[in-house]
Amino acid sequence: MRQITVINRRSFLGGLITAGAFVLGTRLLPSLVQGAAKTESASWSPSIFLGLEPDGSVIIVAHRSEMGTGIRTALPAIVADEMDADWGRVRIEQALGNSKYGSQNTDGSQSIRDFYDTMREAGATARQMLIAAAAARWGVPSGECSTAKHEVIHAKSSRRAGYGELAAGAAKQPVPKKSDLRFKSPADHRYIGQDMPVSNLKELCSGRGVFGIDATMPGMVHASIERSPVLGGKLKSHDDSETLKVKGVLKTVVLEGFSPPHGFKALGGVAVIADNTWSAMKGRQALKAEWDPGQNASYDSEVYKKDLMATVSKPQKAARNVGNVDAEFAKNAKSHEAYYYVPHLAHAPMEPPAAVAEVKDGKAVIYAATQNPQAVQDTVAAALGIDKKNVECHVTLLGGGFGRKSKPDYVAEAALLSKAVGRPVKVTWTREDDIRFDYFHSVAAMYLKASLDARGKPTALLQRSAFPTIISTFNGAAAEGAPFELGMGLTDMPFEIPNIRAENGPAKHHVRIGWLRSVSNIFHAFALHSFIDELARLANRDPVEYLLDLVGKPRKIDFKAEGTDYSNYGKPLDKFPVDTGRLRRVVELAAEKSGWGNKKSGNGRGYGIAVHRSFLSYVAVVVEVEAGANGRVTIPRVDVAVDAGTIVSPDRVKAQFEGAAVFGASIALMGKITATKGVIDQSNFDSYPVARITEAPFKTHVHLVPSSDPPAGVGEPGVPPIAPAICNAIAAANGKRIRDLPINPVA
Amino acid sequence: MITLKVNGVTRRFDGDPEMPLLWYLRDLLELTGTKYGCGRGLCGSCTIHVNGVQVQSCVTAIGSADGKSVATIEALGANVDHALQRAWMKNNVPQCGYCQSGQLMTAAALLKEKPKPTDQDIDTAMAGVICRCGTYQRIRQAIKDAAEVAL
Repeated sequence: MRQITVINRRSFLGGLITAGAFVLGTRLLPSLVQGAAKTESASWSPSIFLGLEPDGSVIIVAHRSEMGTGIRTALPAIVADEMDADWGRVRIEQALGNSKYGSQNTDGSQSIRDFYDTMREAGATARQMLIAAAAARWGVPSGECSTAKHEVIHAKSSRRAGYGELAAGAAKQPVPKKSDLRFKSPADHRYIGQDMPVSNLKELCSGRGVFGIDATMPGMVHASIERSPVLGGKLKSHDDSETLKVKGVLKTVVLEGFSPPHGFKALGGVAVIADNTWSAMKGRQALKAEWDPGQNASYDSEVYKKDLMATVSKPQKAARNVGNVDAEFAKNAKSHEAYYYVPHLAHAPMEPPAAVAEVKDGKAVIYAATQNPQAVQDTVAAALGIDKKNVECHVTLLGGGFGRKSKPDYVAEAALLSKAVGRPVKVTWTREDDIRFDYFHSVAAMYLKASLDARGKPTALLQRSAFPTIISTFNGAAAEGAPFELGMGLTDMPFEIPNIRAENGPAKHHVRIGWLRSVSNIFHAFALHSFIDELARLANRDPVEYLLDLVGKPRKIDFKAEGTDYSNYGKPLDKFPVDTGRLRRVVELAAEKSGWGNKKSGNGRGYGIAVHRSFLSYVAVVVEVEAGANGRVTIPRVDVAVDAGTIVSPDRVKAQFEGAAVFGASIALMGKITATKGVIDQSNFDSYPVARITEAPFKTHVHLVPSSDPPAGVGEPGVPPIAPAICNAIAAANGKRIRDLPINPVA
Repeated sequence: MITLKVNGVTRRFDGDPEMPLLWYLRDLLELTGTKYGCGRGLCGSCTIHVNGVQVQSCVTAIGSADGKSVATIEALGANVDHALQRAWMKNNVPQCGYCQSGQLMTAAALLKEKPKPTDQDIDTAMAGVICRCGTYQRIRQAIKDAAEVAL
């Protein structure tokens, strides 16, 4: 699948490095990832590059987007480690959008798991070619040479040569076959598994980092866009006479509405163009626009909730069927059932969507905070009617993404406006735009039922969900959950229960639906792990002991044998099985580290547990809550046990799980988006609050399971178990069971 | 004509006195370290100091800063060496980093007022600055570390 070639230096970053440099290109075909990847270009001839200058400088291309995970440091560190390069001589360059790199869509918690091997191969290839060059120069066998921190060494003759001086010779060496590559043993890793300095830390602590909203181009103007308050509404009339009186306003531009499906297309509207952001926003406030709201004006969240609940109260299409749930329910008198509900959520990254575009002479140059520069190329090309190779997308730092910035509608707006006004245009979404026109996380209803044995353990489990599918963004008729969505907490239910059925019912979309950090795991995990805790309490059993009983003996779930279409995050089950032994280990670790055995819930203080596998990682969470009589919930402590396979950057992994606990707390405590007559009711952080320092868990302790298994995801899998663990802790504290999120909605 | 000092440099402005300092700093002076997050004083990403007092620049009209002295993140430490910046780097506080200017400027105002803040002091002072990545516990630790060093 992969081949490595020495490439012409001109094709490496457009001639960024100097003559005489040794440049290595790694061609690869990463396995197709499910979900979001289905919406991408089918072009799969990627390559990723590593360069070595004659002065010894190593240039490593960061092809994934940096939005706070540290990926801009972690992937280059893998290359440098296998190359045996001196980190102090590594320079990291951000890649432009280009399909030659493989997927650059930085979501799905995929960067390390999809590119770990590729980066190691790139580094190992360079190292072997440098050894070959030194061996040829000295007339000694390659096998007698070794490397140490940027040098090739021939111990027998005590000769050493620096990588820089070997660059030219190395470029002439034959490229080793993949099967001939020799990798370091984990014990010899100097960067993998270590806490490398975050590459842009100083910039981020001094306001010098350049985000999409900070990008500028000479002659640039600013735009703020008034859009239809209802998805798909049409502009009836507008009056910009007051707008044009605002100092700094240059003109207004009407952007046509999209033709369905909305995909990543610009929504359309009236753009106010000004010489600064404030004037554009102020001019927009003075704009009068009337809209024909169209059919989505029927969308009312209260009515919709009843419909979704009705859907899950009836049998629906089975996505997983093991044993015979109906027969078990019929013969077993003892049972428990419950309904759960999670509303729409907005991503609300601190940097709202923002992009700069210059369209000139049939070409577009873009600077954008984007998780997916290739989708920018495709979307802008389609909007302008030009070839994607004429769209040059520069990726800035991202002020948060969480999935929002994989959808480049805001970049299409900037490009269309630049074309219309003949100057570079920066589009800055207001916070109100961001929250009202998001690609919302699906609203979802769930129904669960279990029949129980004498010890209160399920003999049969039925899980049923209904939610508007992400696929509706690309195919307006789609109404059922896609296999990848059902594979996030529904069809992959890992507990040892003899009879299992998972069902999913249809749901219409009336707003743009999109993936948000951990996707449909959020509601599926909330329902499942709340329900399991309910069963433990019904049985008067300790929740951890009960959970371990349900996890059962270590086994690998054979989805194929049971006939379940389970996509496993696009990875083969033989390499990444659903391994209940690993599930058990994180439950035990979380219980141990949190001191579960010595904790006593009650009188307003409670402890809750949940365990969930997602993005191929195993995560157990113990949450401590204080639930006051006034309904206020605080979270003094969270313990997270994580088995994510091989860890490249321990501190950044811990940071992801610390952050996920806060993100999950926002979902549990306050996250709620609703619509009335098709218009989103929330608009800023007063009506759509997210956790502040006073509401976030006070301290989250992250415990990593040492592992040499292949690396799995870390950005998202910390989120799903948090909300159920919080609600389980509340139930332990005061007996109150929460089945509708959020716990404390804004009145 | 409005006259103000920004990071020690005297500036004159004869535009709309209602323009929030945020956009004056970002669009006109190209001091983009101060961030837009909400436009309504709800999130704290835009926090700066005016005459040494912490304000949210998105809801502070430039007209109100006439004759005053404005300090932004760019002037916090000449070589990114303010005690808070050093503590921030030691604790690897930032994830995406977008809100961190507001966090640091708010923390700097806190330490000026309370050189040895308690957890409660920190939480009260920092509650106005949202971090969507969830770096709060490291922010708390970094402020405590900086307070120790500063003494």
